[in-house]
Amino acid sequence: MSGFGGFVLRRAAGTVVTLLAISVLIYVVFYATPGNVAQITCGPRCSPEQVHQVALQLRLDDPLYLRYWHFLEGLLAGQDYSTGTSVEHCSAPCLGVSYQSGQQVLDIILTKLPVSLSLVLGAMVLWLVLGVGTGVLSAWRRGRLSERLLTVVTLAGWATPVFVLGLVLMIVVCGELQLLPFPEYVKFGDDPEQWAWNLLLPWLSLALIEAAAFARLTRAAMLETLAEDHIRTFRAYGVGERAIVARHALRGALAPVIALNANNVGSAVGGAVLTETLFGLPGIGQELVHAVKVVDLPVVVGMVLVVGFFVVIANAVADVLYAVADRRVVLA
Amino acid sequence: MSLVEVTDLTVEFGALRAVDELSFRLDRGAALALVGESGSGKSTVAGALLGLHRGTGARVGGSVLVAGTDVQGASDEELRRLRGAKAAMVFQDPLSSLDPYYAIGDQIAEVHRVHTRTSRRAARARAVEVLERVGIPDAARRSRSRPHEFSGGMRQRALIAMALACEPDLLIADEPTTALDVTVQAQILDLLHTLREETGMGLLLVTHDVGVAAESVDEVLVMRHGRAVEHGPVGSVLGAPTQAYTRQLLGAVPRVDAPRTVLPEGATESGDASGDASHDTPDGAEAEVVLEATGLRRTFGRGKRTVTAVDGVSLAVHRGETLGVVGESGSGKTTLGRMLVGLLEPTAGGIRYQGGPHTGVHPAVQMVFQDPVSSLNPRRSVGESIADPLRARGERDEARIRERVSELLERVGLEGAHYDRYPHEFSGGQRQRVGIARALAAGPRVIVCDEPVSALDVTTQAQVIALLGELQRELGIALVFIAHDLAVVRQVSDRVAVMRRGRIVEEGPADEVYRSPREPYTRQLLAAVPALDPEVAARRRAARRELAPA
Repeated sequence: MSGFGGFVLRRAAGTVVTLLAISVLIYVVFYATPGNVAQITCGPRCSPEQVHQVALQLRLDDPLYLRYWHFLEGLLAGQDYSTGTSVEHCSAPCLGVSYQSGQQVLDIILTKLPVSLSLVLGAMVLWLVLGVGTGVLSAWRRGRLSERLLTVVTLAGWATPVFVLGLVLMIVVCGELQLLPFPEYVKFGDDPEQWAWNLLLPWLSLALIEAAAFARLTRAAMLETLAEDHIRTFRAYGVGERAIVARHALRGALAPVIALNANNVGSAVGGAVLTETLFGLPGIGQELVHAVKVVDLPVVVGMVLVVGFFVVIANAVADVLYAVADRRVVLA
Repeated sequence: MSLVEVTDLTVEFGALRAVDELSFRLDRGAALALVGESGSGKSTVAGALLGLHRGTGARVGGSVLVAGTDVQGASDEELRRLRGAKAAMVFQDPLSSLDPYYAIGDQIAEVHRVHTRTSRRAARARAVEVLERVGIPDAARRSRSRPHEFSGGMRQRALIAMALACEPDLLIADEPTTALDVTVQAQILDLLHTLREETGMGLLLVTHDVGVAAESVDEVLVMRHGRAVEHGPVGSVLGAPTQAYTRQLLGAVPRVDAPRTVLPEGATESGDASGDASHDTPDGAEAEVVLEATGLRRTFGRGKRTVTAVDGVSLAVHRGETLGVVGESGSGKTTLGRMLVGLLEPTAGGIRYQGGPHTGVHPAVQMVFQDPVSSLNPRRSVGESIADPLRARGERDEARIRERVSELLERVGLEGAHYDRYPHEFSGGQRQRVGIARALAAGPRVIVCDEPVSALDVTTQAQVIALLGELQRELGIALVFIAHDLAVVRQVSDRVAVMRRGRIVEEGPADEVYRSPREPYTRQLLAAVPALDPEVAARRRAARRELAPA
């Protein structure tokens, strides 16, 4: 279908433009602020020589647009960093160097990213199953006791902070019942089974809270679709209630779920700080908080870029899924 | 045994009794129309035949027998087997009545599979078969399209195909043509007629349109407030009604073949409204042109997707006359109306008011909108809505505003004390009166009415039309009356412009255009208008069959 292919291409082009806009914004916010940018970038313990070195690296004497261009070039093509004693090459995609640890930002992120992605993608599966399932059930059973109970549970889930829920889960499951060991991150590549067992509680606590929002949204969207004329048509033609809910009503309710999911996945990559901290997962969120605390500017900038990248990509994927679910989107 | 036997059917929604002890029978192969205005309970009856009120909280009393199934006593499973297989329903709005996410053929196949234990493939083949049967060209390919890729008429055909899928004994059609253009309506009614002849199924037609009933059925049951008012063969009920309400209903139906009833200034019943005479003021001089449009063009969208809604329209509106603009949906009538009042900027061409060019809105050119529900702000009292044009003109004295608004409310047949009421407290007809009062508030010389009565019942419609005529005579306002209903336009207009695809294809004195149309398109439109006389309707159907392009 050429219309659909065209839509995907247009959406992809839009994604590139958005990413560029984000990079401009981030550059301006972090590198075009008043104050000694070189000093801030280098860190509080840098010697004046090092600061001078960084100022040269950042080309602080150039006009702003040239500096941004240099930044973008480094990002896309890589650049060399002089550490004073030796020259180190940072290959594309180069997110810069942390002057405090001497590490390349990309390397730091690449060690943290699998942790965050493991947490978020696993939790996403759970929150979609739990949230959409609960939403469908409560729309179908609307007004009955089972629906009211479900509503209470989802509201309670929504209202509970993750550190309370996670702690309780840990104390009960790992402490009292001793069903699981206290979570500790195991790489997927090392032992997939242990990876899953150790992530189970973090997944659950993140998912239970997110699922509440999905349950509410799905319920509302389902009730709206169930009231539509085409549902009446299929009822009047003797199609069973189960088929109506599963085939016709759920399909119509998926669009807002896809949209919300994109936002949640994108922002949870860098934003699940509490869950990561609570369960000792060395993910992006935790590293970002640490970098902010010690004012490691290159790391902060790199991470914000990466998180922005995930939010934009997640939304682009959502738009395409949205169009797959509802072909009328392609026409718009 | 009859196909349908309804005895003392009563349906109550809370305190409202929608259907009140209604009884009727329908034999196999026969056709019955339930005719009534909105709120008469006719659609509720249709739903009750399929047990659609079960589980909705409505209380249903009496007995309903459909094709041997006792709808009231049937189990959920028995009811499910009745629906679609023995009695199938065609709904009013064909777009919203189909699932937007699935291909049309798949939806028909799904219904077919619910009732027959056939394979997916066989059900899909059946779907293509019935789509072909209802005249969808290239049915195998089009069965893979989704509803939004079909035109309104094709969607209604697809819904009828879905109804045919399981060869039901009874077809229930609930306002099957209300959302359609008049030419498409004629095609759908002809299709229903042919299908009934061929399959021998019974037809229960629910409609507010007496003409549609006259075209399609043998028997008519007129309903009001949930009760049967009159019931009998279509010829005698429509030809010689015995009940006062039936007569009133028929009297309110605008006739496309009768001369206008709302007469212009100076004209008399004996009819001197013909020809150019109506342009003339009583002293014989040509009436001045108040609003003039030249070469109006309007496009929407850009590049390949550019749509030209109005394409080179020129017209003149004279003082105190009514210019009717008719056309089918998408012909550009509304776009034209919006440009005339300055709500839309023309892409090309210009508008002159009393000889001077003008752009943007002008207090002397006002508009009455189609939907009286959505064109009034539900959160503001109607008085405030009517006061808006006064305030916009700089009136600041609250007492004077209130007085003027009260005057206007009384002028349109409401009460001055209604100032502080909100739109939801009024009926559809009253709300349209409020809309007219708001248009009058600015002291206009021209009012553009965009489908002012299409959302109203015929009796209300007649009252609102009469009001517009009265105002025109008293205030000498010129009206541009935009409508899709040819009969309504005939009843109000001095001159008529017929629009098609953004252009005016024919324009002239109303009687001339209706009596001897020059353009084939106008003739086609007029031929499609349902006749109130069943015999005329049958003759016209035969004529349409011969004319139909093979």
